[in-house]
Amino acid sequence: MTGGFVIQASYFVAAVLFIIGLKRMSSPVTARGGIIWAGAGMVLATVVTFAWPGMENYLLMIAAIGVGGVLAWWSGKRVAMTDMPQMIALYNGMGGGAAAAIAAVELLGGETHGFVVTLLALLGALIGAVSFSGSLIAFAKLQGWMKKPIRFAAQNKTNAILLAATILAGIVILIQGHGGPTIVAVFFVLALAIGILVTVPIGGADMPVVISLYNALTGLAVAFEGFVLDNAAMIIAGTVVGSAGTLLTQLMAKAMNRSMTSVLFSGFGDAAVEGTEVEGTMKPIEASDAGVMMAFARKVIIIPGYGMAVAQAQHKIWELTQLLQERGVKVTFAIHPVAGRMPGHMNVLLAEAGVPYDIIYDLDEINQEFDNADVALVIGANDVVNPAARTDTSSPIYGMPILNADKADNVIIVKRGQGKGFSGIENALFFLDNSRMLYGDGQAVASELIHSIKEL
Amino acid sequence: MITGFIALYIFMLAAFTGYEVISKVPVILHTPLMSGSNFVHGIVLVGAMVALGHADTSVERVVGFLGVVLAAGNAVGGYVVTERMLEMFKSSGERR
Repeated sequence: MTGGFVIQASYFVAAVLFIIGLKRMSSPVTARGGIIWAGAGMVLATVVTFAWPGMENYLLMIAAIGVGGVLAWWSGKRVAMTDMPQMIALYNGMGGGAAAAIAAVELLGGETHGFVVTLLALLGALIGAVSFSGSLIAFAKLQGWMKKPIRFAAQNKTNAILLAATILAGIVILIQGHGGPTIVAVFFVLALAIGILVTVPIGGADMPVVISLYNALTGLAVAFEGFVLDNAAMIIAGTVVGSAGTLLTQLMAKAMNRSMTSVLFSGFGDAAVEGTEVEGTMKPIEASDAGVMMAFARKVIIIPGYGMAVAQAQHKIWELTQLLQERGVKVTFAIHPVAGRMPGHMNVLLAEAGVPYDIIYDLDEINQEFDNADVALVIGANDVVNPAARTDTSSPIYGMPILNADKADNVIIVKRGQGKGFSGIENALFFLDNSRMLYGDGQAVASELIHSIKEL
Repeated sequence: MITGFIALYIFMLAAFTGYEVISKVPVILHTPLMSGSNFVHGIVLVGAMVALGHADTSVERVVGFLGVVLAAGNAVGGYVVTERMLEMFKSSGERR
């Protein structure tokens, strides 16, 4: 191992701190401490790297850390919690780009590497570059800069040809042991194009899975470049993130009832399945009546969706919750794994509003509770409460785990209009006898509910 | 040098560690966790620094410089947003 005892010992400590940090994030009580431990590891590793033997370009190095660090600090401090998913995608893409840049410098460098090292550098470069351009596209999509999925004929064939060409360029570099500027440039342009073309056809609903996948891929790319640079901290941290990210991606895809292959190789709604026509009518309710219904209930379950966050209604909802709690109503929150733009995103938004995490429950923990709930308040959620997922085999969302809001005695659905959900599927819940529609903007409706309860 | 089977052993053990550490994380922490693991691969910064430190030609310097900028962004941005999110998680007891 290169770099001397102090550097290696520091990298070892950093690797330990990263693992402890991730471990501590497994509970909300210790999570904040976890990121601080990991942060200390990062500072330690970065500082000792300045002492790496035989390095030049220190001024450039410090300038680069300054530019990247300040921009990221500034953007990270001011980003709204609703925009967190695309910000994570952006920072992740930067990591992938950095791994690709390391590979580029190593491949362009004069010295010839061995076969295995060159192969690993190329693999890391390919994965890192795909993660970089793909994450940027994911960012653009979630930020609303790219509204519609872009699909064209023979998409998968085009991607396969591009991949084959990239591998061919890689083989040429592999045979030479290092690359001339032209072949290296060709390799990277091809790899970046793959990332773009693979990501543009994917719809917004599948983006969390894609971001999670790119997060895992960046980890892997970092690990590969760690082998190239003989850097154990990079190998361990990269691999840990690679495997953790893969598990997280699987969990998300499962919660959304999507397989990885269908996310990557087909678009949502392509099959244009409508499901069975829903019978019955939607029955509206006034906010004052809904307020009375909740005020005199014993048990209320609130089901928030991304619509609540868009309407910035989470603060009003927490105010409403406190009001109900003062009246002795037991209020809990039910969160679907994919509520929000990313699993756990809704929890972040509720935490921001001040809702304590111990009254927020997962799908598995709360689903049997709906049977003895008096009121289920659905705000800004749609597909995740559609009972067709349980009953209608022809529905595109059949088999997706849902929150059983329909089992509550009364269901109040807060909704802007009569439109369909993210997936474009009619929601059978809205037509049930025990369902009432409360039309309006989430924040305004929540204010009206608060007002009507205060007047009692 | 970390070579051959030693490298494979490190890779294998680290992979199992990542899997085990994450498998016990509750859904409520998934977004901060993705952000946190995103921060951890910001360790690419040390690699990018070494690559830039050994860059000889101007092309290598430019690419190396970009690498360090991106890596620093990954590490710093990942830390800031993760810390901001985790800071907000409080229980009923802490709230009152």
